[in-house]
Amino acid sequence: MEFVRPTTFADALAEKAARPQAVPILGGTDLMVGLNAGHPPPPALLDLTAVAELDAWAVDDDEVWIGAGVTYRRLITELGTLCPGLALAARTVGSPQIRNRATLAGNLGTASPGGDTHPVLLATGAVVEAASVRGQRAIPIDDFYAGVKRHALAPDELIRGVRLPIRRGPQQFAKVGTRNAMVIAVCSVAVALDVARRTVRVGVGSVAPTPRRALAAEDLASGLPWDGGPLDDDVARRFGAAVAAATAPIDDVRGTAAYRRHSVEVLARRTLAWALADLDRSEAWDGMTGRSEA
Amino acid sequence: MTTQAPSPVGSATPARTPGGIGESPARPDGTLKVTGQFAYSSDLWLDEALFGVTLRSPHARACITGIDIAKALAVPGVHAVLTHEDVPGLPYYGLDHPDQPVLAIDEVRYQGEPVAILAATDPHTARRALSLIEVTYDVLPPVTDARRAVFDPSIDRVHPDGNVVRHQPVRVGSADEVTADVVVVGEYEVGMQDQAFLGPESGLAVPAENGGVDLYIATQWLHVDRGQIARCLDLPEEKVRLTLAGVGGAFGAREDLSMQVHACMLALHTGKPVRMSYDRAESFLGHVHRHPAWLRYEHGATRDGKLVYVKATIVLDGGAYTSTTPAVVGNAASLGVGPYEVPHIAIDVYGARTNNPPCGAMRGFGAVQVCYAYESQMDALAAELGLSPVEIRIRNAVSQGSKLATGQVIDSPAPLADMLRRVASLPLPPSTVDSSGDLPGGYGNTTRGEGVRRGVGYGVGIKNICFSEGFDDYATARVRLAVVGGEPVVTVHTAAAEVGQGLVTLQQQIVRTELGVSTVLLQPADTTIGSAGSSSASRQSYMTGGAVKAACEAVRTRVAQRLGHSTVELVGGKVLAGDTIVDLAAAVGDEPIEETVVFRHRPTVPMDPVTGQGDSHVQLALCVHRAVVDVDVELGLVKVVELAAVQDVGRVMNRVALEGQIHGGSAQGLGLALMEEIQVVDGLVRNPSFTDYLIPTILDVPPMPLTILEHPDPHAPYGLRGAGEPPTLSSTPAIAAAVRAATGLRLRRVPIRPEHITHPT
Ligand SMILES: Cc1cc2nc3c(=O)[nH]c(=O)nc-3n(C[C@H](O)[C@H](O)[C@H](O)COP(=O)(O)OP(=O)(O)OC[C@H]3O[C@@H](n4cnc5c(N)ncnc54)[C@H](O)[C@@H]3O)c2cc1C
Repeated sequence: MEFVRPTTFADALAEKAARPQAVPILGGTDLMVGLNAGHPPPPALLDLTAVAELDAWAVDDDEVWIGAGVTYRRLITELGTLCPGLALAARTVGSPQIRNRATLAGNLGTASPGGDTHPVLLATGAVVEAASVRGQRAIPIDDFYAGVKRHALAPDELIRGVRLPIRRGPQQFAKVGTRNAMVIAVCSVAVALDVARRTVRVGVGSVAPTPRRALAAEDLASGLPWDGGPLDDDVARRFGAAVAAATAPIDDVRGTAAYRRHSVEVLARRTLAWALADLDRSEAWDGMTGRSEA
Repeated sequence: MTTQAPSPVGSATPARTPGGIGESPARPDGTLKVTGQFAYSSDLWLDEALFGVTLRSPHARACITGIDIAKALAVPGVHAVLTHEDVPGLPYYGLDHPDQPVLAIDEVRYQGEPVAILAATDPHTARRALSLIEVTYDVLPPVTDARRAVFDPSIDRVHPDGNVVRHQPVRVGSADEVTADVVVVGEYEVGMQDQAFLGPESGLAVPAENGGVDLYIATQWLHVDRGQIARCLDLPEEKVRLTLAGVGGAFGAREDLSMQVHACMLALHTGKPVRMSYDRAESFLGHVHRHPAWLRYEHGATRDGKLVYVKATIVLDGGAYTSTTPAVVGNAASLGVGPYEVPHIAIDVYGARTNNPPCGAMRGFGAVQVCYAYESQMDALAAELGLSPVEIRIRNAVSQGSKLATGQVIDSPAPLADMLRRVASLPLPPSTVDSSGDLPGGYGNTTRGEGVRRGVGYGVGIKNICFSEGFDDYATARVRLAVVGGEPVVTVHTAAAEVGQGLVTLQQQIVRTELGVSTVLLQPADTTIGSAGSSSASRQSYMTGGAVKAACEAVRTRVAQRLGHSTVELVGGKVLAGDTIVDLAAAVGDEPIEETVVFRHRPTVPMDPVTGQGDSHVQLALCVHRAVVDVDVELGLVKVVELAAVQDVGRVMNRVALEGQIHGGSAQGLGLALMEEIQVVDGLVRNPSFTDYLIPTILDVPPMPLTILEHPDPHAPYGLRGAGEPPTLSSTPAIAAAVRAATGLRLRRVPIRPEHITHPT
């Protein structure tokens, strides 16, 4: 097995173009576990951890750009204000050791239906930056997940980073696992409110072959108490039911399909209520660029 | 005699040697372990060593119609490919009964059964070549329902010896005739728990010049390994020499052989050292688990809550081979009513053979499964009678002088009622938690209090200590007292396995107390000395501790004889002989004193095969738990808020180590209550990894306040009572009861999964 360690992204793309079979590695927390478990070793490993430009994030207008190599730890400690949903999801990932090492792009590269960042990326309308020697393209997150552990990258492409809007309102993330930490999601839900547009987006994980949005639930946005006040029980119930209806869960060792459908519904209701409760805190969501906080 | 008579050094009583029993000195292997420098068995290495791997059955049951090793053997770097035809001696092994093939013979009876072994220059080559061995199978429908295996005469026989490994009845009084005011009936299930040790099965076999073999191995009992290995290799025992390698956890799973014979076969065949080390998935298939159980109980009581009778039918699934199932059945039967006085008893326990993974020893050993069931029954009875769970237990609690189900009289303190009162009177934790991470769902951020209900539950358990039913599990210790550089130094040699429990520390403590010498060296455990018995059954403090104590006493007597006294005291490097005090170093001089002692516990007898009666146990130990839980009843998620324990240990030998044992046992019981299960479908293991076999993390384990009582057992060394297993029994039912209290559900199965709470059946 060859091992290449470029120091610039341009070199990395050239390497990837020269040998599309080479497998990129960042934190290695998925890849090395797989190799240990006997997955056939790739002909070459393309180590991206020396590419400094990937280990960075920046604010650009009303968007945040997060480089492929940014770890969960940095998402939590540095991006909690700009991207609260992502930071909440990052907090539920693995253990401190894993969060110190594992990256957002690695989560995308694995594209597991249970990866914890996916519901948030879906709920915030993120865009994946895919690059190759042929150029760079933006893949809307809705088009990124192609099947169980499959994504839309071409063989010569690498993820450069992810762009997502600076929060436009309260965001929430919740994940059910069968232990209180260090656990793969049995189901997960992310909710992001856009206060100015009065819209809500919902992403769910571990309840279908890919992470997906719950569009029918998003359609209930107009019935939400945008001007304050309590969330109507009936609306909350319909919202939860619509999220559950968007799923196609299976029975596996981690939980039954029935439990997944049920628990995703409960989480959807709760996270929506928490997000709406945060609205009441009379924060100025309009025109928030986050620049001053970056 | 070359030594001069030593001259007196004064008469002031010398200071006690620090680090003796009752203190908590540092572990001799502690620094190495916490700094990552300790050599575990998987770290063993010799430059010229080959790497051995195992080809396992993918099927739960199949006939082998052919094995073609030619392609694998042709791979450059491969030195040997062996099948059952290459086993030099007896092709079977087993702890209680040799019925498990070293390598499958014509039939495989469980998924993961070893079929062939291979040695190559490196792990990569070995694994690649292994995939080239061609085995053709004629797949058969597996027998996977343990109850049908036992009771359905039409079902296939899993093994020529039949599907019932042991049936043990217990009959006391006339349970089938008496009637009771109140009757509760319950059917319970316990899932298959795994020991989940971190160090995989591993070791190094080195061919010896005399045609024998040296094996460096992580095990719980060197001598019983050696006996089995020697028979399989057709070698005399003295040509099979075992040395304990660093053990990364055991909990029972290392009582049975795993790769021992395989590594030795490959080493003898190739004439080269052979290293083997399972990977994680293989480890889950390569060792025995805790017996899953189905238990049906009927309890009858008077209106004022006194038990009248207990009837029970219990089926323990032993999987494909015998392992320790007979002894596990004996425990479940003899301890099947728990630590309660019951005038009429009818219990039948069956150890079943199926095509499920083999099950054997795990911490608690048959007493765990019944404890969950009888305690669940006690709660049901309390509810029926309107009594508190504590009150019903106190009204029926055993005490010294009570009879067990076997008729054996408890002849040492058993202060169960007092222990219950103590645990019940402990202050309860605050009714709300401080941080959201402490709510059910933990770091998942699933609730801010929505759906959360508090519950409190109690559990009580009784465990036998040491081997039971007539087993002579003696322990041998050699203690040598010499003078090195002018100072007395003691060397202790035993074959006892340090598996993490702290026996190495305890041996040093005993010597310091008995011989007043602070420098105590431990020789590596190996088979050049007699057996120490197994590091299981909570027995090593009692047995190897007892042997070291006895050997120290023999050495002390020799010191006395040298000085012309019948007895002396040895304290702080001095000898107190009558009115005089002399330096121990001077008394020993250049003639070291060495004594080897074999220590035995009092004899026991097998249970009567028809009535189950007999004094089958050496010692009994009690533990009591109170669990406080928060349950998110909408999501079925549980957070244990506090798990308090009261345990009687007879004598605290080392408080830090003891607390570690009680905390660890409680956590393992928590795991069984809430998450730990090997999921088996049609005989196939679905979750052989730590991704999906979940054990509690620090966020799952709550504060565990301990009350440790010391009521000495007059029969035991220092009055101590084995302490490692009892907490594993009672924590599971206490947590299950607390979850029931929070949810109002019956919950007749552990582990309790979220869907059992949200979608009860
Ligand atoms: C103990 C443990 C606990 C875990 N817990 C969680 C959890 O709670 N939640 C969760 O979601 N995950 C969890 N994981 C999985 C893993 O940590 C995450 O998926 C993580 O985000 C992977 O990131 P990484 O940098 O380690 O990826 P790597 O392992 O380096 O790579 C993962 C995949 O992405 C590809 N890849 C890497 N970089 C790029 C790139 N720039 N462009 C294209 N493809 C790329 C790789 O080729 C590989 O296929 C856990 C893993 C472990 C070992």
